[in-house]
Order: sequence, then structure tokens, then C-alpha cells
Amino acid sequence: MKQGLLAALFIARKDLRTEFRTREALNASVSFALVVLMLFSFAFDLGRDEFYDISGGLLWLVYVFAGALIVNRSFIREVPNDCLDVLIASPMPPWALFLGKTIAGFVLLLVVELVSLPVYGLFNNIQWVGVFWKLLGVMILATWGIAVTGVAFSAVTVNVRLRELMLPVLHYPLLVPLLIGAMQISTTLLKGDATDIFQELRIVIVFDLIFTSLALCLIEFILVG
Amino acid sequence: MRDKVIYILGILGTLLVIGNLHHIFLGMPGEAMQGQIGKMIFVHVPAAIAGFTFYGVAVIGSIGFLITKDFKYDSLAVSSVEVAQVFALINLVTGSIWGHIIWGIWWTWDLRLTSQFMCFMLYLGYLLMRPAVAEATQRATMSAILAIFAAADIPLVIMAIRLHNVRTQHPAPVLETGGLDPTWWPPFLIAIVAFWLIGTALVLVRLRQETVGREIDSLRRELHAV
Amino acid sequence: MNAVAADGVWKYFGDYPALRGATLEAPAGACVALLGRNGAGKTTLLRILANLSKPSKGAVTVFGQSGADAKVRARIGYLGHGIGVYDDLTAFENLTLFGQLMNVPDTKAAANAALERVGLTRVRDGFAREFSRGMRQRLAVARAFLHNPDVLLLDEPFTSLDDRAIAVLHELLRDALAKGATIVMSTHQIREAMELATQVALLERGKIVHAGPRTREMLADPGWLYREYEGQHS
Repeated sequence: MKQGLLAALFIARKDLRTEFRTREALNASVSFALVVLMLFSFAFDLGRDEFYDISGGLLWLVYVFAGALIVNRSFIREVPNDCLDVLIASPMPPWALFLGKTIAGFVLLLVVELVSLPVYGLFNNIQWVGVFWKLLGVMILATWGIAVTGVAFSAVTVNVRLRELMLPVLHYPLLVPLLIGAMQISTTLLKGDATDIFQELRIVIVFDLIFTSLALCLIEFILVG
Repeated sequence: MRDKVIYILGILGTLLVIGNLHHIFLGMPGEAMQGQIGKMIFVHVPAAIAGFTFYGVAVIGSIGFLITKDFKYDSLAVSSVEVAQVFALINLVTGSIWGHIIWGIWWTWDLRLTSQFMCFMLYLGYLLMRPAVAEATQRATMSAILAIFAAADIPLVIMAIRLHNVRTQHPAPVLETGGLDPTWWPPFLIAIVAFWLIGTALVLVRLRQETVGREIDSLRRELHAV
Repeated sequence: MNAVAADGVWKYFGDYPALRGATLEAPAGACVALLGRNGAGKTTLLRILANLSKPSKGAVTVFGQSGADAKVRARIGYLGHGIGVYDDLTAFENLTLFGQLMNVPDTKAAANAALERVGLTRVRDGFAREFSRGMRQRLAVARAFLHNPDVLLLDEPFTSLDDRAIAVLHELLRDALAKGATIVMSTHQIREAMELATQVALLERGKIVHAGPRTREMLADPGWLYREYEGQHS
């Protein structure tokens, strides 16, 4: 078990190292986030107060569109040179490989989100600094859900043609409950409402728990065919 | 033998539907508040029930494949998903029409329609992904995982929509008001059984198609290996 | 106990049987040359031996245990068609990573030693994507031998190697055999394989149709085995 966790960390570190070196996916993702933010600015012509009503929804739309680009490619990194085979043939347990890549994906997603947040605040005149820590909490919880499902789908579709076209069809619908929760919480936080967000938080946490366990259990079937 | 079973189920189901419809429209008075339109319930709800039954069968088939690696489970899964999608579509369309006639709206994100729509979308993804994988074992494994993930998502969707509607005070038009009139239960149950029969017949037809398709694939590969 | 054993292995891809009851035994210290035409099932069999794929029927054991056991996998070195190294890591980073995953003690020292063995010390901090083909092959070989595996599973290892890489691989294989490792290697380069092999196995359409010691005839005339069996099984 401990060996497995160590192996997971080695894999996470490898993914992060290669990504920060080339920054291909990060650049694409951040650029995409900025473009989407800009388009949304033109799409909606709302007054300041009305805008706060959709603030959480908008934020998470940007995050999920830009983020899915990163995690859905997670296992594709292992395809050139057949590295995936070497990893599976190694003593590392399959769940460790999956966990490592999910951790790396999660970190990369957070980077994109943290970079996009100030820009989002700027373009839309949204005050987020006051609720930053709580917002960060939501970002961490919901982003884990996006990462875990995205990396799982990436593993499942590693041999599939047209996977870039297909993944949105699969991944986004699955994320709907998570996104509803995250969007609602974020809007409440940004508006400064006193409403209780516990129920939404519960959905996000349950989503994370269910899909993390499901993915860890099923990953062996996916990788060793 | 197999053919006979399919024909019997199909014919029986169709007869039930026809007989039932006849009784419903000619033998029964309109519903108290909605008139004749209220009878949409005999199609709308049984379609949902049949749909979810076959999604359930698909999940069982998917789990069966992962455990046994026997392709008959994969064939069962894909056949059931396809049939379930048809029933889901019937449910969505009748729901939309019903909503428009009674409430003047073509769509609403109420609990039932939304969860049905999400189910339809998730399994649509399942069906779209299948042709993109050439190799049968990989395709079956991928499909099984997708079916299980989709099924796990549905309870979460229901939780989330329920919460969303409460928070946003979304009007949730309920298409059926109150309980079902006692005289309405028999045709209602018959409608469900009829859909089950027709659905099963369709699944069996599709199962056979899958089996033959696999044999052809196998022969094709044999040919190329020489 | 055999070091590597496949017992009546069937593998189906869909309804197509790539392997039909393949049985192979390699005692410890043996070097098995796995021969066969394209499509015969060599890659499939090697992948199953390496635990990359599960047999549909039959069993595969390494030192009497199944590949599902991580301790067994730690003793296997696999070199498939792809080189199995990351383009965006340096040679040294690649080897330390795989060293860590293969539970090699003191990975940094082992990585340096391996780089020296294959003659890549000078490019230790170069990215794998900048290497020439021969250098990439040598790095791949370094990776496969890094943890001093007791069992080596190599899929057409000599294919498209340059002479330097061939020499390096030859030497590593000979040393491994001298230390008692077991090798199963599929190959088209029959001459190099025959030199090292102690046994040969011929795979035809998913079945092992011949398995036995490597004879002098095979060494002198490597195509002998194919011609022997072509008549009988076409």
C-alpha cells in the first residue's frame, strides 16, 4: 500500500515535470479560458447586480471547458513510445498509476483555475478576494471530481478514434451534478449571501467519493485487458 | 425456437398495446382535470419505467462482462441500452407534448424530465463511443465502464436537480396530479407489461444481430491472418 | 520449476483466437527464441507473459506464480515494440523514474551505471526526444535491464537497431544469461537470435508447433525451421 502511494507520487511528479517543461496543455487551457471569458463578456449585457446572480455559473463553465482539455489527455501522454505498457508491466498497482495521474491532473487544473480567477474578476468586475479562501475550498473539492472523472475517461478512451470529439459528449453530462453544486456554492459565496450551502457541498463531496471509489475499483479492468 | 419466442413476445406486446389503447380511448372517460390528454400517462410513464428497466439490464450486463469476459453480456448491454434509449425518447417527447398542451411550455427542468434527459444523454455517449473502437474486447470493456459510470451518476443528478429546483424556486409542474384513479390501474399496468414485452422482443432481435456480427468479425480476421 | 511457463493459453480478440492453446516452458537460465510469421501471435504471447494482457483461457506463470503478484512483476524486464521512455524527460530522469517504479535500491547510482553500460553517459542530461534512433534504442535497453531482471521478455529487440545498439544488446543479453537470467525473445533477425538461443519455439497461427533445443543446423541455416514446418502446415 505504501509502495503504491509512493509510486503514485512518482507518477504525479513525472506528469507535472513533463507538463511544466513543455507547457503545451497548460498554455492551451489558459488561453482557452481567457477566450471563453472574453466571449461571455460579450454574450451577456447585464447590470452589475444581475451579473452576480450568474457569477458562479459562469466561473465553473470556464473552469470545466478549459479544464477538461487537460485531464482528458492524461493517459494520452503514455501512448507515445508505448510507455503505458512499461508502467502496467511494472510492480506498481494499477490504482497507483491512476491515482498519480489524477493528482497531477488535479494540480494542473488548479493552476489554470487560479490563473483564470483574477482575469474573471477583472473582466466582470466581480469581487472575489474577500471570499477567496472559501472559494478555494470549493475549487479544490469540485476540481477533484473533474480530475477523477476526466482521467478515468482518458484511460477508457486511450485507444479510441476521435476521442477529442467524443469526450465532451461523455464527460460533461456526467459532471452535471457536480457542476450544479459548485456553481450554486460559488454564486452564493460571491454574492455574499448568508444562505446555507451545506446541501450543495454534500453533493460535491458525495460525487467525489462515489467516482473516486468507482474509478479505483474499475481501473484494473480498464488497463489490463 | 428462438425466433418463435421473439415473435410471440412481439405479437403479444403489440396486441396488448392495441387492446389497451382501444380500451383507454374508447372505454374510459377523460381525466378529471386534464380531459383526454390526461391519458398520456398511459404512454409517458410506462415508457419511463420500461426505459429504466432496460438501463438496469444494461448495467447488469456490463458488470457481467467485466467479471466473466463473456461477450454475450456485452451484447445484452448494448441491445438493452438501445431499446432503453427508444423508451426514453418516447418518454421525453410525450412529456414535452403533454407539458405544452396542459401548461403551454415545451420543456421544463423538473426532476423527472431532467433525470430522464440526463440518462438519455449519458447513454447516447455510450452508443456514440462504441463504433470508435475497432477491437471487440476493448470496445466491450470501455462500454461496460461507461454504462456503470452513467448509472452511478443518475442518483447524483436527481439529488442535484431536486436541490437546484428548491434553491431557484423553479416551478415544477407536476404532470400527474394526485394518485391514480383505481379504474386506471389495470390499463396502466398492462401498458407497462406491454412495453416490457415489446422491449424484450427488440432486445432479443438485437442480441442475435450482435452475435452474427461477432462471427463475421472473427471470420474476417481469420482471413486476414493467412 | 520453470522460470516462465505458458500452459494451454488461448487469447481471443473478439471472436478471433490469436492464441490457441499455446504451451511454452522455459527453465531458468534458458534463452528461448520465439519464431513465427507476422500474425502468428508472438507479440500477444509476450504481452501475456508480461502481464499486459490476460489470457482468455489457460495460465501463465513466472517462477510458478501469476503475474498479478507485484513481486513477480518486479523480476521481469519487458521491451516491446515501443521503446518505453519519455521524450520530455532526460535520459537520467527516465532511468531514475523507472528505477523507482521497479523498486531498484539507490536509483541514481543504478541509473548512472546503466547509462555507462549502454554508452550514453555523455548525453545523460539530454532529452530523449533529441536522441538519434540508435541512442533511443540503447536507452530503451538500459531501461529494460536496469533492475537486473531474472526474466527478460523482448519483442523483436534487434529490429532496426544500429550496429552499436546491436552490440550493446548482445553483450547485455550474454551477461544476463551468464548471471542465470531467463530470456524469451521473439525475433525476425534469426541469426542474432540463434547465436544466443538455447531453445527455439515456433509459433504458427496461435499454436506452438515446435519447441526444442536450438540445434547446430538452426545455427548454420537459420531459415531451416521455417522451411521444415511450412510444408506441413500450409
